[in-house]
Amino acid sequence: MTKVKVAIIGSGNIGTDLMIKIMRNSDYLEMSAMVGIDVNSEGLARAQRMGYVTTAKGLGGLVEMPEWDEIKIIFDATSAKAHYHNWAIVEKCADKTMIDLTPAAIGPYLIPTVNFDAGHNVRNVNMVTCGGQATIPMVAAVNRITKVHYGEIVASIASKSAGAGTRANIDEFTATTAKAIEKVGGADKGKALIILNPAEPPVVMRDTVFTLSEQADREAIKASIHKMVHEVQAYVPGYNLHQEVQFDDIPEDKPVFIEDLGYRYGLKTTILLQVRGAGHYLPEYAGNLDIMTSAAMRTGEKLVKENF
Amino acid sequence: MKHNLYIQDVSLRDGMHPIQHQYTRDQIKDIAIGLDKAKVDAIEISHGDGLCGGSFNYGFGAHTDWEWLEGIAELLNHAKLTTLLIPGIGTIEDLKRARDLGVESVRVATHSTEADISAQHIEAAREMGMDVSGFLMMAHMNDPKGLAEQAKLMESYGAHCVYVTDSAGALLMNEVRDRIKAFKDILRAETEIGIHCHHNLSFGVANTIVAMEEGANRLDASLAGMGAGAGNCPLEVLIAVLNKMKAEHNADLFQLMDMADDVIRPLQQRPVQVDRETLSLGYSGVYSSFLLHSERAAKKYGLDTRTILNELGRRKMVGGQEDMIIDVALDLVNSK
Repeated sequence: MTKVKVAIIGSGNIGTDLMIKIMRNSDYLEMSAMVGIDVNSEGLARAQRMGYVTTAKGLGGLVEMPEWDEIKIIFDATSAKAHYHNWAIVEKCADKTMIDLTPAAIGPYLIPTVNFDAGHNVRNVNMVTCGGQATIPMVAAVNRITKVHYGEIVASIASKSAGAGTRANIDEFTATTAKAIEKVGGADKGKALIILNPAEPPVVMRDTVFTLSEQADREAIKASIHKMVHEVQAYVPGYNLHQEVQFDDIPEDKPVFIEDLGYRYGLKTTILLQVRGAGHYLPEYAGNLDIMTSAAMRTGEKLVKENF
Repeated sequence: MKHNLYIQDVSLRDGMHPIQHQYTRDQIKDIAIGLDKAKVDAIEISHGDGLCGGSFNYGFGAHTDWEWLEGIAELLNHAKLTTLLIPGIGTIEDLKRARDLGVESVRVATHSTEADISAQHIEAAREMGMDVSGFLMMAHMNDPKGLAEQAKLMESYGAHCVYVTDSAGALLMNEVRDRIKAFKDILRAETEIGIHCHHNLSFGVANTIVAMEEGANRLDASLAGMGAGAGNCPLEVLIAVLNKMKAEHNADLFQLMDMADDVIRPLQQRPVQVDRETLSLGYSGVYSSFLLHSERAAKKYGLDTRTILNELGRRKMVGGQEDMIIDVALDLVNSK
């Protein structure tokens, strides 16, 4: 089959990593254009060297170019604010679909291993956040065994892997991830924490998931988690349990007080993950890039398989 | 430009750590009233890890921040009601909610190398008309020049004041001196400089005074040192020293002494003191709030707390990474 042409908006860490992935690995997507706003951006220069169409004039710049007509899928790796603007342009073009890698979340949240069909028949899907892509499968893995009341995630990433967009979107990260823990993960209440660690050599992305659920068979929860880890590994090979799953009882006479939920007790499950990147753009410590761009590419490929 | 001394109490924020964020609303109210009567200039109230810190990772509080803050501002005659916000944990929405409850001053805290994630929050606080400070945590993990450059960023976002925050209680006296000097060299004269110490190497008061001598005017302290690790600079001791130095301030020594001994010390389930565990925090350069979490992990997995703390320091874990305590404990168990 012929590949479908795509554009990437945002020539930072995420956009550049996605470009390299599509170029090297995709049987369905063909990289066509890279859109930035900074003439001196490394990502734009790299795209140019690889022979792709580039513009430093934002999406407006690409719309003026002849290549625009053939582009069917647009990945947005800018910021939440910029995404609103970009979607206003794309929304008017009925033949184009947007995959949103910002926390703007105009369209439905999509986590490939949990709700891959969320992208069906919509023209804007949202990839939540890197931390959400890494952790929400785990919340869902517990929730498919027993009711999760509360899901909390801690994402620690290397400072070097957090570009300007990530740094200017910290609040959006926590808010969007928390909401997606509820909507996609199935928790009544979600909470997300993010930490940047500047250590040298850079630390590999770590994600910790805590759930508070109804009591259930711990072996069944463990098995569900291991199975889900394998499913994520299908597109992010560096995704691993760093430790065996830990369980603690929160007894009824010593409940925890959770904002918006009140006093809760039950089973606390702790899942310690490590996400090693494929080393496409930034080195392998940047698992946060890898999991986000891999999920986005997979989503783009699914759209092609279904619609083209 | 000479700024007046400004004493900020942190017993009801940093002091949350030793009691696992379990102050009752009445305790908060009574202590705040006492501090206000004793003419402390500012009183900080929130979960130990700032607004919305309540979590499995940091410990759930006995109340929400909103419950602790509600009704306090109206009771204060002298002191400003303040709070703490750590981007990545709390958000601008949370800050608005605190402001609506009468909080008029906020400190926006980041790791000592990550000031740029505070831009949105400092700007938002300014737009809300709040007094706002930047709070550069784990100050020992950046050199004086590098730390001062981070302070400059916070100033550029609109911070009225920037703090050298020795979260690990790891800085020696000359190291505090060099950092404050570097701030003084690069910050505008109207920008105030603050100091926040932990007592893990017994330098809580000494480092605060050194900072003051170099030009810091916002000094953090807490009653009986009520704070993470071996505690903060003990407020009553600081005031006694300032009196002896004939430094101008507003606080009343005897009232604070009484509160420290009669109200705060009886609350301390785990003594807030320099001992082998808290000394290890300062010695290994570990975030003081890790203390109780590490002690719990040591008990659960049959390890020495110090071994866990040393390993956390070796791995250069930063504030907020409490989840890595379990990870380190499990690695230590597995390598046995």
